Amino acid sequence: MTDQAYNFAYLDEQTKRMIRHAILKGLAIPGYQVPFASREMPMPYGWGTGGVQVSAAVLTPDDRFKVIDQGADDTTNAVSIRSFFERTAGVATTTATAEATVIQTRHRIPEVPLSEGQILVYQVPIPEPLRFLEPRESETRKMHSLEEYGLMHVKLYEDISRHGHIATSYAYPVKVEGRYVMDPSPIPKFDNPKLGDCAAIQLFGAGREQRIYALPPYSKVVSLDFEDHPFEASKADHPCGLCGSVDSYLDEVITDDAGGRMFVCSDTDYCETRQAQGHRGKDAA
Amino acid sequence: MTPLLSVQGVTKRYGAHIGCADVSFDLYPGEVMGIVGESGSGKSTLLNCLAGHLAPDAGRVIFDTRADGPRDTVTMSEPERRMLGRTDWAFVHQHARDGLRMGVSAGGNVGERLMAVGDRHYGNIRDKAIDWLERVEIAPGRIDDRPTTFSGGMQQRLQIARNLVTGPRLVFMDEPTGGLDVSVQARLLDLLRGLVRDMGLSAIIVTHDLAVVRLLADRLMVMKSGHVVEAGLTDQVLDDPQHAYTQLLVSSVLQV
Ligand SMILES: Nc1ncnc2c1ncn2[C@@H]1O[C@H](COP(=O)(O)OP(=O)(O)OP(=O)(O)O)[C@@H](O)[C@H]1O
Ligand SMILES: [Mg+2]
Ligand SMILES: [Zn+2]
Repeated sequence: MTDQAYNFAYLDEQTKRMIRHAILKGLAIPGYQVPFASREMPMPYGWGTGGVQVSAAVLTPDDRFKVIDQGADDTTNAVSIRSFFERTAGVATTTATAEATVIQTRHRIPEVPLSEGQILVYQVPIPEPLRFLEPRESETRKMHSLEEYGLMHVKLYEDISRHGHIATSYAYPVKVEGRYVMDPSPIPKFDNPKLGDCAAIQLFGAGREQRIYALPPYSKVVSLDFEDHPFEASKADHPCGLCGSVDSYLDEVITDDAGGRMFVCSDTDYCETRQAQGHRGKDAA
Repeated sequence: MTPLLSVQGVTKRYGAHIGCADVSFDLYPGEVMGIVGESGSGKSTLLNCLAGHLAPDAGRVIFDTRADGPRDTVTMSEPERRMLGRTDWAFVHQHARDGLRMGVSAGGNVGERLMAVGDRHYGNIRDKAIDWLERVEIAPGRIDDRPTTFSGGMQQRLQIARNLVTGPRLVFMDEPTGGLDVSVQARLLDLLRGLVRDMGLSAIIVTHDLAVVRLLADRLMVMKSGHVVEAGLTDQVLDDPQHAYTQLLVSSVLQV
């Protein structure tokens, strides 16, 4: 049921055109942060208003929409955004990764490889990977334009000097197409290898910071590292307690008051699909 | 011999106000040039024009680049100038906090220039950082500490290490000993003199302290109201000043 008080997908056509313009520019210059005039959305910034605006600009009435929050379709955040577009765009929704045409995500890339024709929209809190060491926006912009990225390695150097290894496990910086250094949003570094050579279009929206950036299909994406401390896509060294998968990214969950815990897939759709196919982990009921 | 740096008619105005006017001199490889003058005489303005931090309104600053020989750094592209800034040039600020990353460890501070020019081997970067900490008399055990935990003198020595690690050919220094205790100053000067000699560095040092130029500079320029009023060999200028202003400057120091 589309709520007639709003234009399709809430934003007016002119705003959507402006956002699509930024998206196209982002796709033309992979990894480059394109400024856009972020609009007030009827939800707080922490809820991914950048991602919501990008989704609003790319959705069509024929799309099937999926929303995940840390891999799960059923958190308050995911449910709210999904129902927002059910209401304002009347689009069909799904939890099945393979059936979705547009997937908005916070903090994960689905386990099932994406395919051509799909769009993955990331919610981004802080788009600037250099911010950590250089707070001046005028200076970071210059560093990007002149390809001065030594500072990124200073961050990794600090990590190793403090922890003995690169301890950065989320928002792990990448270099796109040999040119722009990009923050992939706070996905676990386990997901970094899925960024590159991906069949889907990947769009990143930062609402408060008013930036959009993009990876066209099959982009070359390299995680930064040192020769003697190479990048590793690590995860907890367990199989999923429910579906037994040894390849998926796991969350540790507390199961009872006695401190019992188990590792389960963070991608709920992936886990449930496997269980439906008869796969069982050691903690499965 | 080709000068390492040839400064020709450099002028910088702030609106109608003169920062520095029509300054010319040549600096040859291995030479140290001192620039002295009272507060507001244009020393920092000139230094910043030479180091590419300020764009002069007139004049040329010709640097003998490794790749292409003499080039005017005023008209070269910004990426080229910034590249010189992290390779062949070094800049030591009066206040260490302007020249250090206070939120980054001592090792990260020293390693930054190495990483900026493409070093991607953590072990190498660390070894070079330790070597340079030792050369500026900072205990290698402090490598993972932040400069905020260092004394003023240590911060200044760290700033020097961070600048010299890539083997620059020309070092710009703006009051490198300013704001430090006298005994700390003496140690830093000693260290600087040793490094300049050992590395055969060319340097331009701005200071209002004649003891600093006496110790470090081969040649001296005296500035007043943006103009160079006297220039020559350091000992000559200090022992037999010709210009009335220099005479005043020298005598006022001798009275201290
Ligand atoms: N950003 C600026 N805007 C306007 N005037 C300036 C600026 N910077 C410097 N000046 C003026 O230019 C002149 C030269 O200043 P400069 O800082 O170069 O002197 P200095 O010799 O380095 O002095 P000090 O010994 O106090 O550091 C002074 O009259 C100063 O007031
Ligand atoms: Mg000054
Ligand atoms: Zn599972």
